[in-house]
Amino acid sequence: MDKMKETVLEYIVDEYLDEDDEDVVSYDSPLISSGIVDSFSMVSLKRFIENKYSIKLPDEEATPEAFDTVNSICRLVNQHLG
Amino acid sequence: MSNIGSYVERIQNFNWEIAKDVLDWKEGELLNIGAICSDRICTRGDGKKTALIWEGFGDKSARYTFDDLRVYSNGFAEFLSELGIEPGDRVCLFMDKIPSLYFSFLGVLKLGAIAQPLFSAFGDESLEVRLASAGTRAIITTRKHVRKVRKIKDRLPNLEKIIVVEGNPDKLKEGEIFFDVENSARIEEFDVYKSSPETPSVLHYTSGTTGQPKGALHVHNSVWGQALTASWVLDLQDDDVYWCTADPGWVTGTSYGIIGPWALGVTQCVLDSGFTSSRWYKFIQDNRITVWYSAPTAIRALMKDGDELVGDFDLSSLRHLASVGEPLNAEAVIWSGEVFDGLKFHDTFWQTETGSIMITNYPGMEIRPGSMGMPFPGINAAVLDLTTHLPLNEAGKVGLIAFSPGWPSMFRQYWKKPDIYRSKFVGASPNAMPDELRTNPDLWYVSGDRASIDKDGYYWFVGRDDDVINTGGHLVGPFEIESALVEHEAIAEAAAIGKPDKVNMEVVKAFVTLKPGFEPSDDLELDIMNFIRKRLSPLAMPQEIEYRDKLPKTRSGKIVRRYLRAIEWGEEVGDISSLSDE
Repeated sequence: MDKMKETVLEYIVDEYLDEDDEDVVSYDSPLISSGIVDSFSMVSLKRFIENKYSIKLPDEEATPEAFDTVNSICRLVNQHLG
Repeated sequence: MSNIGSYVERIQNFNWEIAKDVLDWKEGELLNIGAICSDRICTRGDGKKTALIWEGFGDKSARYTFDDLRVYSNGFAEFLSELGIEPGDRVCLFMDKIPSLYFSFLGVLKLGAIAQPLFSAFGDESLEVRLASAGTRAIITTRKHVRKVRKIKDRLPNLEKIIVVEGNPDKLKEGEIFFDVENSARIEEFDVYKSSPETPSVLHYTSGTTGQPKGALHVHNSVWGQALTASWVLDLQDDDVYWCTADPGWVTGTSYGIIGPWALGVTQCVLDSGFTSSRWYKFIQDNRITVWYSAPTAIRALMKDGDELVGDFDLSSLRHLASVGEPLNAEAVIWSGEVFDGLKFHDTFWQTETGSIMITNYPGMEIRPGSMGMPFPGINAAVLDLTTHLPLNEAGKVGLIAFSPGWPSMFRQYWKKPDIYRSKFVGASPNAMPDELRTNPDLWYVSGDRASIDKDGYYWFVGRDDDVINTGGHLVGPFEIESALVEHEAIAEAAAIGKPDKVNMEVVKAFVTLKPGFEPSDDLELDIMNFIRKRLSPLAMPQEIEYRDKLPKTRSGKIVRRYLRAIEWGEEVGDISSLSDE
C-alpha cells in the first residue's frame, strides 16, 4: 500500500504541479476539491492508475470524492486488485 | 410574482428602453459597466449591501460590499493607469475565481480598457494564441498561473506588463509587477472613462471549426441586454442571494457572473473550489442561496451522485433554477423538480457572440422538459432552411437557429477578422463591414446551432451545424486540438471530434496516425492526453485516442471529420464519394 501511495503521489506531483510549485501535497491533501486536479484531468489520472495496476475502474466508482486524496484513490485501487 | 410577469404581454409591449426603467436609469448618466456595477449602486444608497460572498479552497472565505467593489475596482483602474495602460488597450485577466478577478474586471472597464478574461486552466499554447491575436498589452494573473506566461512572453512583443495579484512577491521574476489591491491604499475617487454605448468592453475568445479561436468583441451598451435578461429570465430581485457557477473566463461568467446581477445591485456568491456535489450543496445551504444558474454538465454530475445526498442538506432557500452551456436534457429537468421541492431548471440558450440570453424558459411559464423555450422579447429569432436559408414555417422541421441583428449585447466584431464576422450573416453583401452587418435587421445572424420549433413556438435543440465540440458547456475547436496533436513527437496526422458523453454531452476523441518508429500503446495514449492537457487545457484533452493506419481524406488531402463523427455517433455517413481512402 505504501509503495502504491508513493507511486500515485509522485505521478500527481510530476503531472499536475509545476517544479517551483509551493504546494506541498501529502497522502491526505485534497486533489479535486482543491482544484489541483479538475474533473476533466481526473480522466488522465484514472487512466494512469488503470494502466499502472492493470485494472478497470467503473465510472460510477471513480467519483470526485473517491479521487480526492491519494489515500482514497489507493483504497479504491485495492478494492479492485482483489 | 416574477419580474417578467406575463411573457405574452412583454412580447407585445417590448422595447429595449424598458431595461433603463429596470435600472432606474436617468438620461445623461455615465454608461460604463465598471461604474454601473459598483459606483452607481453605492450612489443609490446600497454601498453597504453585500456584493460578493466568496469561498475558496480549504476554509478561505470573504465578503465584500458594493463599496468595497467600488474602491477595489478604483484601485485596479488607478494602478493600471499609472502603469501606462490606456483606453482601448487589451488587458487579459488570467486567474482562478478569486476576488481580484472581479475587482480587476470592473477596474479595467473603468479605465476604458478592454477586459480579456481567459480560462485559467488554459495551457501556455492556448494562452499564447489568444494573447497574440488580441495584441494584449497587460496580463493580470497569480503566482500559480504566471509560469505559463513566462514560457511565452518572449514571443509576445505587445505584452508589456505582467501583473501578479496573489502569492509571494519575493518569488516574482524580473519585469513582473506585484499588486495586492486589498493591502494597498484605498482609492476613493477615480475619474471613470467616459465610454459611449459603442466603446469596447469585453473580448471573449471562442472556437470555430477552422482556424484558431476568434475574439468576440462586446461593448458597454451590452449592459441593457444583460441586466434585463438577468431581471426577467433569472428573475433576480433585490433580496436575492445569487450563484452563477460559471467561470468569468467564459462569457456566462462575465455576462451573468458579473455584469447582469451587479448592474441590478444583487448579492452574488462565488465558489472557487473544485467540483464535488457535497461541496456545492453545502455552499447553497450555508449561504442561503435563492437563485442558482448552472450548467447541464454540473447538473448531470449532481444527478449521478444520487437523490439521497440532496436530503443531507437544507436547500430550502432556493426559489429559482436556470441552466446554460448546452441543451439541458429532459431527465435533468424532471429530476430537479423531484429533488429540489418542485423547482425545475429553466434552460437558457445563448452564446459568446450573442452576449445575453436569446431563447429561454421563463419563470412562471410552462417548462417543456428538453425544450430551449421561446425567444426573449425583442429578439427576432427564426429557424432557417438548411439550403435556402429562408425562415421555416413548418413545425418540427430542423434548420439553423438565427437572429436578426440589433439587440444591445450583440458582439460587434471578431477581433480584426471582418471576413469571418461577415460569414456569420446570411444575406450580407460581399464587402459589408461589421457596423453595417450588426445594424441591418434584414440580415440573419446564424448561430451555428440547429433546432426545430414546435406548433406552440417552443424551440428544440438538435445539435451543432459544424464540427465544433461542445464539452461540459464549452466550445472547443477541433483545429486547435489537431494542430497541437501533430506537435507530439509520435503523431503524423490527427483528427479531433466530439464523442457522446453522459455527463459532458461530448468529450474530445482523437484519431491519429503514428510516425515510423512509434507503436500504439496505453502509455503513449496517456502521454498524448497529458501533452494536450498541458498545452491547451483539460477540456481539450482527448479522453480517447484511436490509432489508425490512415485517416479518411478528400482527394485533395483534407481530413474528413464528419465521416469519423458519423461513425462515432452511429449516424449515416452520407456521401463518401469524395473520399480517397475509405
